[in-house]
Order: sequence, then structure tokens, then C-alpha cells
Amino acid sequence: SPKMQGVAASVSESLGNIRPWLQKVTTQAKTTDSKYFTTTRKGEIFELKAELNSERKDKRKEAVKKVIASMTVGKDVSTLFPDVVNCMQADNLELKKLVYLYLMNYAKTQPDKAIMAVNTFVRDCEDPNPLIRALAVRTIGCIRVDEITAYLCDPLRKCLKDEDPYVRKTAAVCVAKLHDIDPLLVEEQGFLDALKELLADSNPMVVANAVAAITEISDSAQTDTAADMLCWSGQLINKLLTALNECTEWGQVFILDAVANYTPTENNEAQNMIERVSPRLAHANAAVVLSAVKVIMKLLEMLDPNSDFVVSTIKKLSAPLVTLLSSEPEIQYVALRNINLIVQKRPDILKQELKVFFVKYNDPIYVKLEKLDILIRLTSAANIANVLAELKEYATEVDVDFVRKAVRAIGRCAIKVESAAERCVSTLLDLIQTKVNYVVQEAIVVIKDIFRKYPNKYESVIGTLCENLDTLDEPEARASMIWIIGEYAERIDNADELLESFLEGFADEQTAVQLQLLTSVVKLFLKRPTDTQELVQQALSLATQEADNPDLRDRGYIYWRLLSTDPAAAKQVVLAEKPLISEETDLLEPNLLDELICHIGSLASVYHKPPAAFVDGRGGGQVAKATKGLPSRLAAEAGGAAAAAAGAGGGDFGAGTGAPGRPAVSVIPTQESLIGDLLDIDMSGGATAAAAMAAASASTNQQPVDLLGEGLDSLLGGPAPSATSPVPPSGASAAAGGSGADSLADIFGGLGGGVGGGLGGGGGFDPPMETWLPAQKGKGLQIEGRFLRRGPQLSMELRLRNNAMQQLNGFAVQFNKNSFGLAPAQPLAMNPLAPQQSVTTLLPLNTKGPVQKMDPLLTLQVAVKNNIDIFYFACLIPMYALFTEEGDMDKRVFLSTWKDIPPENETQFNLGSYAHDADTASTMLRSFNVFTIAKRSVESTDMLYQCVKLTNGILVLAELKIVPQTNAYTLSLKSRHVEIYPGVHEAYLAVLKG
Amino acid sequence: MIHSIFFINNSGDIFLEKHYKRVIPKSICDYFFEEVTKNSSPENVPPIIQTPNHILISIYRAQMHFVAVCKSEVPPLFVIEFLHRLADIIKDYFDEVSETSIKDNVVIVYELLDEVLDNGFPLATESNILKELIRPPNLLRSLADTMTGRNSTVSATLPTGQLSNIPWRRSGVKYANNEAYFDIVEELDAIVDKFGGAVCAEVHGSIDCLIKLSGVPDLTLSFVNSRLIEDASLHPCVRHRRFEVERLLSFVPPDGGFRLMAYRASCHGNLPVPLDLRHTISFKQASGNSGHLELTVIPRPPSGRQLEDLVLTVPMPRAVSGASLVASAGKYSYDTASRTLVWTVGRLDSQKGAGSPTLCGTLVMQTGAPVPDCRPSILVSFSITGWTISGLKVNRLDLHGEKYKPFKGVKYVTKAGKLEFRT
Repeated sequence: SPKMQGVAASVSESLGNIRPWLQKVTTQAKTTDSKYFTTTRKGEIFELKAELNSERKDKRKEAVKKVIASMTVGKDVSTLFPDVVNCMQADNLELKKLVYLYLMNYAKTQPDKAIMAVNTFVRDCEDPNPLIRALAVRTIGCIRVDEITAYLCDPLRKCLKDEDPYVRKTAAVCVAKLHDIDPLLVEEQGFLDALKELLADSNPMVVANAVAAITEISDSAQTDTAADMLCWSGQLINKLLTALNECTEWGQVFILDAVANYTPTENNEAQNMIERVSPRLAHANAAVVLSAVKVIMKLLEMLDPNSDFVVSTIKKLSAPLVTLLSSEPEIQYVALRNINLIVQKRPDILKQELKVFFVKYNDPIYVKLEKLDILIRLTSAANIANVLAELKEYATEVDVDFVRKAVRAIGRCAIKVESAAERCVSTLLDLIQTKVNYVVQEAIVVIKDIFRKYPNKYESVIGTLCENLDTLDEPEARASMIWIIGEYAERIDNADELLESFLEGFADEQTAVQLQLLTSVVKLFLKRPTDTQELVQQALSLATQEADNPDLRDRGYIYWRLLSTDPAAAKQVVLAEKPLISEETDLLEPNLLDELICHIGSLASVYHKPPAAFVDGRGGGQVAKATKGLPSRLAAEAGGAAAAAAGAGGGDFGAGTGAPGRPAVSVIPTQESLIGDLLDIDMSGGATAAAAMAAASASTNQQPVDLLGEGLDSLLGGPAPSATSPVPPSGASAAAGGSGADSLADIFGGLGGGVGGGLGGGGGFDPPMETWLPAQKGKGLQIEGRFLRRGPQLSMELRLRNNAMQQLNGFAVQFNKNSFGLAPAQPLAMNPLAPQQSVTTLLPLNTKGPVQKMDPLLTLQVAVKNNIDIFYFACLIPMYALFTEEGDMDKRVFLSTWKDIPPENETQFNLGSYAHDADTASTMLRSFNVFTIAKRSVESTDMLYQCVKLTNGILVLAELKIVPQTNAYTLSLKSRHVEIYPGVHEAYLAVLKG
Repeated sequence: MIHSIFFINNSGDIFLEKHYKRVIPKSICDYFFEEVTKNSSPENVPPIIQTPNHILISIYRAQMHFVAVCKSEVPPLFVIEFLHRLADIIKDYFDEVSETSIKDNVVIVYELLDEVLDNGFPLATESNILKELIRPPNLLRSLADTMTGRNSTVSATLPTGQLSNIPWRRSGVKYANNEAYFDIVEELDAIVDKFGGAVCAEVHGSIDCLIKLSGVPDLTLSFVNSRLIEDASLHPCVRHRRFEVERLLSFVPPDGGFRLMAYRASCHGNLPVPLDLRHTISFKQASGNSGHLELTVIPRPPSGRQLEDLVLTVPMPRAVSGASLVASAGKYSYDTASRTLVWTVGRLDSQKGAGSPTLCGTLVMQTGAPVPDCRPSILVSFSITGWTISGLKVNRLDLHGEKYKPFKGVKYVTKAGKLEFRT
């Protein structure tokens, strides 16, 4: 038998030798391309080179194919460039296409050799075969080599006017490609005009491609001409809508999205547009459907909501939206995000379609979560039973995130539908009985909200909640439970023990829990002062002495002081009646919602954020774009006061600065801020708490700053104790006494510092007033003014002087469209101005106005009206007034942004010499919202890396170089928007000169 | 628009990429992989991912992610629709969309990628047109190529349909036998609660055609009961106006196979779910480490029809480590990796009195694991031929504009779409 084993071994050995050979044979037999995915063989490139230069045509073609295949799978075959280009002149179309593919890939790395291909391109653009002409012009645009670009203008111009529409439509796209490489060249060569002409082309595909190209160009526009390309007349829109019926599905999306930018001037026109767009709702392509929905939703806004036409149009929208939900999950996701907006704007559209939002087992998690959101939005007393039954099912699902959201949704149902609150609460209690940890925690968080919505109704369940105290390990659940204990301390016999047990681990808790614990202990003390003194003392000293968190310390000090000076006020503050929480949660703010409705189907609609929030300066364009807003009803606006004021001006002042009157929608904060809300006196918190605070501080003393440094006695006595002020309870004075004077001085240190900081912060220097309207031009009215920024608030300070012989009144002010969309945030509040009187007034500004790029960029044209006339003047906005607080960024983000901006955008300025060192300069600039992201010293030269964000989201990155001996400052700016450099340069000069 | 496209398989290999503007380095996909690792299964990767400078929009199909990289504001549905179309095209060319089919034909796929987008704008996405530009591989062709010595996959002439007012149809179509086939396929999506009542139910239908007609045929398809169509998505060839007014489909068809219409059928209230399910699933460890499962299918097909391809799938909680069951019909399997029980029942012949097949036995529970408190859903698939659940029926098909008499065929099928029974 050992012998046999030996035989077997030798057999398997020889089989082992055969195996690779067998494999080789089978791979060769399989004539597929997958062989290219294997690693590069030694000498392969050399062999290919030889084959590419072969005498035989077919061999050359095979070789090019192999090269392309290798390139396709990511192998580097760039060394074969000259050999491949040699094959380009072939008359075989397939070979030509392959060589073109190769060129597109490698031209950038070998520009000097790519030049060799130019002649062939130019020749191919005149080939009798339109396919070859189109192919050539298509490839031209993909070869992103500067040296070549210039040669291609003539062929491109010819192709734009080619007799064959296939060539014209390809050329239209080529203009967009060229614009991406060299925008100025495109303008100089008149290609933008040529492109505009194509909008009126007889062939709908050409029109669609022209629209696509124009959209892309204006998105990244650097000049007015390019940016304004999307401003179209009603006549042109009419033509586009005709082309809509005949072009491809993709072309339809381009056209619909472009049409959505247009606001008709008459009701009839809007109605007509809706009628012509409506058939797109039945398109098989979901993108077409959603773009059509966008156009219709926008236009509906202009029409009488009660008209039959509007009612029937809204009915038509529901079915296509539901149909989108039967498509692939990715499409469902985008559809659901948009439906979320649509039901907020027009809740009627889908109210009958609740069941399509029921979650299916196989839905991907991202679809499930979105469906749940919409389900809650559509919940009403009529359908709550169905919804609740579903939610109960979801709460037993496997996916933890989904289960949590389902539990939360049950709470939202309770808050939204009062009649079902009891059922919801009992469902939540059932869920708590399951003892599944995360379910219990979610349930407690939502029950806290239910308590707030229906006070004194469901507190009987507190006992059950307290049973689960030990299992709570998530901060939000702990904070909620602690809130409940504090809020209902009088009903929970062992509330003190419970809170004490939480206090034991105080240091390890998250801030939200610590803050809540502090508040709850104080509540408990105010409700049961006799037996909880020790506890409150312990909590206050933990918060003020052992915590690092300034918020916590501040709150601790405030409570301490309140308790020690005026317990009645403390009660007023801490146990103040809380505002009820409203029914709808997570509603978008109405202005944002309107803006997002204009962006249905876009990324903005998926993120629920305006485009400016995630695309720098909107698509990297240099020209700031106006934010989109829904058109208002024309009839309603005609009688409006705003229109009357603007009408008198007669200039280019956009009509209707004021939003059409709509009922105020109360928006309750999202989940995160709700926690803040329940903390009773969050520093940035609600008006009620703030008012109560003000009342409390009024009763103690008026000027806390004056108390700085004063001792314990003056504090306890109070500078102006009211006669009725009760004696502090023993507990509080014990607490205060026990802490000693040091910590009390600290209290005021903290308070005083806070107030002082508040006053001093956001300073900066104020430029002198300039005369904007001399009296002789203003028929006696003289206006001087300047721009000021106080913290985030940009204002225009105006000094008006009446040099006329009569009273001036009826003042109003308006701005023309300007580069940064500056507009008055409120009407000019001015009393009548008597002769020789002068008045200074502060006009707060926002940046929500219409945008149009001005020349010079920072020009602002202002119209001021009074009882005499309307006067116009222009002033310059100082650039630094537009620097926002949001300029700070992470170092890494800075670095990658810097790298991302093309080097040709970098410009250097010599700023002269200044006495300040780098740190001083940095501090000075910081007060103008120029943020220093990093500092580096190279051979004693200091480099400051700084960032500025303008009000319209444009980022400017700067490198400030300071040479030590000469103190010479050199500024390098980098931004996608070079036109703002002069303004930024001047801002730096202004700041550094002080 | 679309800057680049990456093809990524489930092991995280980027096996094909194509760039339409600047080359965007592969490392951009790291953001994507980050999301992949965050999610338990590839289906759950969110379709839109934001990175500092780009936006990744992806679809998951056939065990692959198709990832498009975009830079500025784009309509995401546009990109998603396009990616699905791309997958459709690949399927149309190579009969299946899979990593293997793509790798085996990588040069053609690359040529296709170059042809479907220009500067990120869709260029040619109609299969008919593409096939004229880039010929698909097939056995006949490779035979013919070897015989004639011709060896080119690329056409040298402009696709004829590109610019006509019926861009979806090539000109000069000629067939010896003129045929038109219509498949009306309806899918039932429903959730049935544990008491057998339908929580929600919808019917989605589609009409897929295979048209081999010469010349420029103008067809009219009308229905007996068109009111059943609640909402329709029409192929661009369908004249919208006539559908709106007369509720019939009037169109000049593309040549070959295409989807003429997708629709949602109205099903007011009671839909006849063609089967009932009795089920007991319990994880309670009555004796030792075992739970109990009993499933009974009670078929209720429409008269004269049969339930076919019946498969029941039960995703089990992690604690179920195996199953020891007896099936009265068909076969069952338990996949321990995905913890999924699959019972393939097959065809239920109601005439022969197959009765109600059952699957019954014990579930092996992992020792020491707590008793799961979730209730698994049972996912059911089936098909029934010769019947539509909505009752939609074709009335007639008329041909105008050509003289020949075509052969016409209509087939009806109803399938389970997302059909789940809660337990």
C-alpha cells in the first residue's frame, strides 16, 4: 500500500503540471475581452508598438483595438502615443473612432504630440460624411489641450452652421466643452451668439442640445453675457415648448428645466404653459415627469387657487407622482424627497394616496425612512387607525434605525391627531413592555413630547417609565427621562432619589444630560424646597466648580444667583409655563420651501437645502445668481403698496419686493433644537424664557456690570432690593454661603464678561460718511451714508438733511438689482423732516434681493422717494461689508479647496508695509470676518492662510505673506470668481491701514 | 452633467471607468466605499452621496453599482434614469447585464459608453440607433465575419432614425414575415396582514412589444376596458393626445423589442389575491433548541388557470441557525449565511387536486441566543399565464400605412411583484 500511495502522488503531481496548461488552452479558446483584465505581460508594450507600425492594415487595426482594450481596463499605454496617432489618418471609420478614443484619454498628458493630430481633425470637420464631421467636432472638444484649442475655432464655427442637423447638434455641445476650457475665448469668438441662434433651429434635437449647452454655460458663467443667456423672452419659450414635443426624453428635461426659469407676465400665458407641459406627466422617463411637475407647481402659484383650472390641474399631478413610486428604488427615493416638499406646499395633492407610502419589506432602508416621513405628513384623524396599525408593524422590524424612526413616528401621530393620542400612548406603553432597549429609549423621548403637548393628561404612565430607568443609556433618552422627573417632581415620590442617582455619574454624562439634570434638580428644589437643599447644592457646585463646559457653568451660576437673590423670580423663570409644541414637526421654513419648489427634481430638492448651500457660488460660476422664488399671483400684486412705490420709479426696479401676504406659518424646531427647547432657559432660547429672565434681572439689579468685583454682601443684599422681596430660603443661602466669595465673584466675572463681550464683539471700524446725494440734486434733500456691519447684520446708515423750505415726508427707499442682491430688510422708517432738520437712521439690509452683475461690481443704485420727487444715486458697497461669519473652515478643506481652484485664478497684490506683526494683522482681519485658517513661518517669513466667505457664498482664499525686516505685505488671492479680487484687495488695504 | 462613470462590483473593484470631461481620479470612489461599509447590504447604499467637491449618484443593479460623478447641480433623476438605461442597453447587447458580460465585451462597452454621452449629455440612448452605430456581437455575425473577412463593429453611416421625426425607428425596415407581439404583464404588489386581509394592494402593468413590421407601419391598439388604466407612462412613439381623448394607443413603433406603455391599474378595494397563506412561525423553545414553522398555501387561482413558479421566501432572524422541515410539494432550502428560508413549490395544478401544499417542521435555534421578538414577513412570488389581475384586455390592433397583413399575438401574464404576507 505504501507503493500505491507513491503512484497516486506521482499521478497527482503530473496532473498538477497539466493544470496550468489546460487553463491556458481554455483561456485562449474563449475569445472574449476579459483577457485584458489580467496583468500586463512583459514585453507587451513592445510587441504592440511593432504591430502598430506594421505594414499590414488589418494588423494595425487589431493592434489599436488591443491598445484601447488595455486602456479601458486602466493599464498605462500612453507611451504608444505617436504610434497610435500615426494610425489616425486611416479611412476606416472604426479605426478612426478607436484612435479618437485614445486621443481623448491621453492628449492632456502629451500636448506637444497631440498637436500632430490637429490637421486631421480640421480635415475631418470637412469630410463629406456627416458622421465623420460630427465625430471630429465631438472629439475636438474633448481634447483639453490649450495649444490645440485655438486651432479649433474655425472648424467649430463651420460646424455650428453645418447643413446637417446631426453635426449642428454635436457642435452645440462642443461650445459648452470649449467654454469649460476657455470661457473668454468662447465669448470673443462669438460662439455664445451662434449658440443662441441654434435655439431657433428648425430641428428639435438641435434646439434641445443648444438649451443644454446654454444651461451649463450660464451655470458656470464668468461674465454677464454668459450669465444672462438663460433670460428668455416669452416668444422663445413658446418655440421651446413646441420643440418639447419632438425632441428626445433627455432634451425634454433640458427644455423643461430651462422653461421653469421663466415667469410669464399674464395669467393666460401661465395657463397656456401648463396645458402644453401637462402631457409630459405621462412620460415613461421619471426625470421628464418630475421636471414637468416643477414647471406646473411653479406656474400654479400665479393662478387663482379656487379656479376650476387649478383644481383640475392639481388632481392631474397626483397619479404621476404615485406612479414614480413603482419604479426602481433609486427613483423612488428622489421622488419621495420631492413629494415631501410637494405635500408641504399643497397637502391636498396626495391625501387620498396614503397606502402607497406603506413600507414594503424589501424596500431599501433609504426608501423606508422617507416613506415614513411622508406617512406622518399625510396622517389625519380620518386615517390615523391605518397609520397606527402600520407603525406598530414597523416597530417590530429588524432594522434598528427604521424601528427607532417608527417609534418616533407614533409619538408624532399622538401630537398631530389629538383624538388618537390615547391610542398612541398605549401603543408606546406596549412597546416599552417589549423591553427592547432602543425601542424603550425612543418611546421615552417621544412620550416627553406628548406630555408637553397634552399637559396633565397622561402622567399616569410615569410609573411605567420609571421602571425602565436603568436601561437608558442614550443621552437623548436620559435627558428626556430627567426632564420628566423634574417636570413632574411633585407626583413622583422618590424624585429626589432618582435624580440623586443620576447625579452620581454627573461627570460622565453628555452636556445635554448634564444641563437637563441641573435644571431638573433646581425644579425639584423649587417644588420641594424643604428636603432637597443638599441635592441642589451638590448639583450647583458640580456644575459651577467641576465642569469645564462654559454653558453648564453659566447656567449653574445663573440658577445659583437666582435662587440666592430672588426665589420668586427663580420660580417664575424655571417653572415658567412652557409654550405648547405645535402639531407639525420638521416643517420647512416657508421661504425655503418656496425656493425648493422652484428646484423640484434637482439636487436641492433631495437635500432640502438651497443650491447655494452645497455648491460654491452656485456651480462655481463667477456671477452670483439670484435665489429662485415662486412667482406671486399677478392680480394680488397689482394693488400692492410695493408695486405703487416701484411703479413711480419707472426704472429697472424689480416689481414686488415684498412677498405676497400669506398667513404666517408657525414652524416648530427640528428634533435637535427641541432638546434645547425643553431646557427651559437655553441661552439662545425661546422668547418666553428670555422675557422671564429679563423680568427677573430687573427685580434684582439693573446693571450687572457695575457689580463686577463687588463682594458677597452687596450681592445678597442687592443694590436695590424691592420692599416685597422675600428673604432667601435657608437652602439657597446655605448654598451660596457654602460656596464662598470666590465663586460668587466668578459668577459676576462670567456675567460681566459675557455682557462686555456682547457689546464689544462684531466691532470693526466705521468708515466716514460719504455724500451720496447733494442737496442741489435732491431738490433740497441731502443724503450722506455709509455701510456698517454689526455682527451678522449688514446695515446702511443714512443721514438725511432737509435743506428745502418745506417739510419732507413720505420717505421710501429702494435698491436696483445689484451684484450681491442687497435689499432693505425693512422699509425706511422716517418721520417727516422739518426744514433744516437732519436725522440719522439705520437701515438693516439683507441679501435676498434680485441679483444682477453690476459694473463696477460693487455699485449699488439707490432710489429714494419723498413727497417732492424720486431721486437716484449710486454708491459703492465696501467689499468687507459682505464678508460673512461663515468664512471659517477646516484646514484640510482649505487645502483641498485651494488645490481645486485652477492656478490661473491666482493673483498677487503688493499691499505695502505695515508695522503690525502677523498675529496683530490676523486679529485685525478677523474682526472683519477674514478668518485665518493656518499660519506658517518659512525662513522667518510669516504666511497667513485666510479665508473669506461672501454673502452669496463665494469663497475667497488668501495667502498673506509678511517679510519680517521690510514688513512688506504680499497678498495672493485664489477664488473661482476673479472679478471680486479688486474689492477684496481694497478691503485688505482698508483694514490694514486701520 | 455627468462627469464620469465607474462600474463597481460587490467586492469593491472598480472594473471599468469612463470620463466625459476631466479625468476624475478613482479615489473619489472612496466616499462611495465608505457608505458601502456603513450599510449592511449593497441595496441599502444611498443613491446620492455628497462629497466635498462632487456628487456621486449611483444605482445598484445585477450585483453591481453604476456610479456617476457629477460636479454641479444636476437633476438626479436624470442621472439615475440614464444609468438604468445604460444597464438596459448592456442587457440588450449582451443578453445579460453582469460583470462577466461587461468584461467579456469591454471594448464594445467602452465604445457604447462613448456613444451614449457627449460632454455628459445623453447622445444616443435608443438601442435601435446604437445598434446601427455599434453592432452587437452575435454568433451569426462572427460566423459571417469569418466567411467574408469583414471584421468591424462600427457602422460607417449615420443612423437613419437619428434625425427623422420618428427618431426611434430606422428606415428601410424589411421583413419576409410581418409580426407584432404584445406581452401584457401585470404585477401585484400587496401587503397581506396576519389575518389574511390586504393592507394595501396595487397592480402595475406593462405592455412590452416585439414588432417586426416592414416599412413605416402606423398601429392602433385599443382596449376592451381602458378605464382600468389609472395612470400611464407612454413610450415617446405613442400619440399622447389620442390616448388622452380616446384611451387608445396610436403609434409608429420602433423596430424590434421595446416597452410601449407602463401603467397602474385601478383596483378599487378588493383585489383577488390568487392565494391564501396559513402560517405559524414560533421561535419559542418549547423543547430544547427548536422553534416551530408551519406554512400552508391555499391556492385561489381564477377558474381554468394555474399558479406557476410559486416560491415562498422567509427571511429569518439571526438566531435561527437551521431548519428541518418536510414539504408536501416542491423543495425547500435554508441558506445559513443570509438566514433565508426558500420554499420552491413550483406549479400548482388545481385540476389534479394538488390541494394545499404544506411545509412543516422545526427551526433550529442558536443555543444561548435570546428568543427573537420580530415576526418575519413571507415574500411570495408566482405567475399565472393567460390572465390579467386587473382584467385589462386588448380589443383590437389595426395597421395603417402599409398593405400587408401582419401576424398579431397578445399574451397575458400576472405575476407577484412585491407580495408579502405578514405573520
